[in-house]
Amino acid sequence: MVAAVITLFVMGLAFGGLLAVAARKFAVDADPRTEAVQAALPGVNCGACGYAGCSAFAEAAARGDARPDGCPAGGPALALQLAAILGKKVEAREREVAQVLCAGSRSEAPDRAVYSGIPDCRAAVLIAGGPKGCTYGCLGLGTCVRVCRFDAMHMNANDLPEVSGDRCTGCTACVKACPRGMIVMAPASRRVHIRCNSRDRGAVVRKVCTVGCIACRLCVKECPREAITFADNLARIDYARCDNCQACVKVCPMHTIGISPERVQARGA
Amino acid sequence: MTLDLVAIVISAILVNNFVLMRFLGICPFLGVSRRLSTAMGMGVAVIFVMTLASAITWIFQHGLLTPLGLDYLQTVVYILVIASLVQFVEMVIQKTSPALYQALGIYLPIITTNCAILGVAFINVREYYSFLESSVNGFAGGVGFTLAIVLFAGVRERLDVAETPAALQGVPIALISAGLMSVGFFGFRNLFHFLFS
Repeated sequence: MVAAVITLFVMGLAFGGLLAVAARKFAVDADPRTEAVQAALPGVNCGACGYAGCSAFAEAAARGDARPDGCPAGGPALALQLAAILGKKVEAREREVAQVLCAGSRSEAPDRAVYSGIPDCRAAVLIAGGPKGCTYGCLGLGTCVRVCRFDAMHMNANDLPEVSGDRCTGCTACVKACPRGMIVMAPASRRVHIRCNSRDRGAVVRKVCTVGCIACRLCVKECPREAITFADNLARIDYARCDNCQACVKVCPMHTIGISPERVQARGA
Repeated sequence: MTLDLVAIVISAILVNNFVLMRFLGICPFLGVSRRLSTAMGMGVAVIFVMTLASAITWIFQHGLLTPLGLDYLQTVVYILVIASLVQFVEMVIQKTSPALYQALGIYLPIITTNCAILGVAFINVREYYSFLESSVNGFAGGVGFTLAIVLFAGVRERLDVAETPAALQGVPIALISAGLMSVGFFGFRNLFHFLFS
């Protein structure tokens, strides 16, 4: 009994001492920049940078694997800050904001069935493509709003999601969550958006929605900068060419093309 | 003598494979077998720790516990010794060889007090192995683990792209596959009758 106690006590002491000494002697200095980068990051672990979280991004940035402007949520202000910490230069890149490409709420694009399952678009879409008449349009169950960690989305009075451009950080969480794939990223300065995602033919769209793109191509002809292209029965806007002239908005017979509110001040600029 | 060592090696790798026949070390076997590369890293780390643990526990068993008549302290002492030593070695590797640490480091803390590691120490004592035999048994046990986990990782990489019934996707089908692999290894049971009689 005494021998056992003494033996274990001595062994514990010896190994504890060995490890304590080793921890001192073999200590490895962590890169101090990792901590500095991590402290500057938003810290919500949204994963938009492609790494497992903010600490993984910080390590990659300190190693030189991640770019200083690799955090979409932080915006250009953070990019400058990280560049200063890491001793690198960044080029200005325009901030991107999520845009919802559907204008058909229940009054414009009625449901064809009653859905009473889990109130989540990703669940609803699994049952025969969802309750909505238009199989490309917004299901209106607010999954994108719930995945937004920056409180930048809300459901409006018509049960359609709306992005608040000032709060959107461009983390793309909503883009990934939407089972319809109808949320896209657009440069913050571009205000004209074709709010439809339907690849159906015009006649089909007319039956299920009063504000859907019917593939008439009037906007394509009207655009002075050839910024609107046409594929799969759907007009698409090329944000690199669009100069916000809004000529297309006036000719669209379905009022599908919408204008996002002008931003008073761009975030982080 | 040499024949004994050969028998120990064959036993530890095939006939009494730690994972598939003794069912020890199941947690790293299931946890780190999703990708072939990580499975390989885990396997090498297990070889390293098992060899080290076999050698060090033999020294403590025959140099300390048996002379003092404290055999009943085996479990506590083994855990203390193996955990401390692996921690120590990890620190040394981190300082002296960053490359080796990158390859091995993340796996070492996971397996320090794993049942397969403790198991190999107990088996060494139970079988009255010498110091050399113990070390060889530890090394071969680690090789057996590596063989099992690498084979299993190959199976799982294919399972990821295979069409599996919805109810069995993920862990359930992995467990079934592991069971089938184990049944396969039962085929080695009579290997010694073939080789040594």
